Amino acid sequence: MEDKIKKVSIIISKGGLEGVYPGLIMANGARMEGIEVNLFFTFFGMDAIIKKRMGRIKVATVGNPGMHMPSLVGILPGMSAMATSMMKKTMEKLDIPPVPEYIEMIADAGGTLYACKATVDMFKLKKEDFCPQVNSIINVGRFYEISAGGHIIFT
Amino acid sequence: MPLKTYGNTTVDVDAEGYLTDFSQWTRTVAEAIAAEEGFAALGPAHWKVIEFMQKEYKENGQVPSIRRLNKSGVASTKELYELFPGGPAKKAARIAGLKKPEGCV
Repeated sequence: MEDKIKKVSIIISKGGLEGVYPGLIMANGARMEGIEVNLFFTFFGMDAIIKKRMGRIKVATVGNPGMHMPSLVGILPGMSAMATSMMKKTMEKLDIPPVPEYIEMIADAGGTLYACKATVDMFKLKKEDFCPQVNSIINVGRFYEISAGGHIIFT
Repeated sequence: MPLKTYGNTTVDVDAEGYLTDFSQWTRTVAEAIAAEEGFAALGPAHWKVIEFMQKEYKENGQVPSIRRLNKSGVASTKELYELFPGGPAKKAARIAGLKKPEGCV
């Protein structure tokens, strides 16, 4: 039998609901299997841990081929809000929590959350801008140290 | 279908050791499965989770998710991971004599 996966470090680099959710689902799912989890938020993926933004993440209706919607329709006012609300309703039915609750759930489950130093500097953010579940702001080197001995998943 | 004997009770299980017939479940079987999963003993907090899961399963045919358990007030997410280390939903479901949870959350 193959060795079981014991540890994963997941990078969430993309914004929007469709960018953030896959990493969150994989992180929570890993904890449910007893796998040690580190989550590293970088670039626009960081919206998921910024207090002011985490509850307002929308799904992209423009430039998102997965929406099966012509971009001309996607630019209409309210289109992204409507798609987001529909997606949120479906997810609630499937018992998938909204982003802030998901972050809390993963942290309570023992996952450790980190923010990327380069992005923090670029967007001029401070530790106080992040939700309390964020353990610390770390650089790439530290991320690799923390990830040692496990698998790295980039989303 | 594999059989498994716990003490003097024989139960039907699937390939991963989950009971396939809940009517065969007893508290003694639960304690034996727990011991197999590495639990020293099941305390009142464990039983509260197990009984709630069984009640939910009886009512709507689904093994409740961690989120559902958390929201129901039976045990918080943190408590669930402390009570059932290494996979609360899976382990609690197996001890409770229920099938393996199917959801991703």
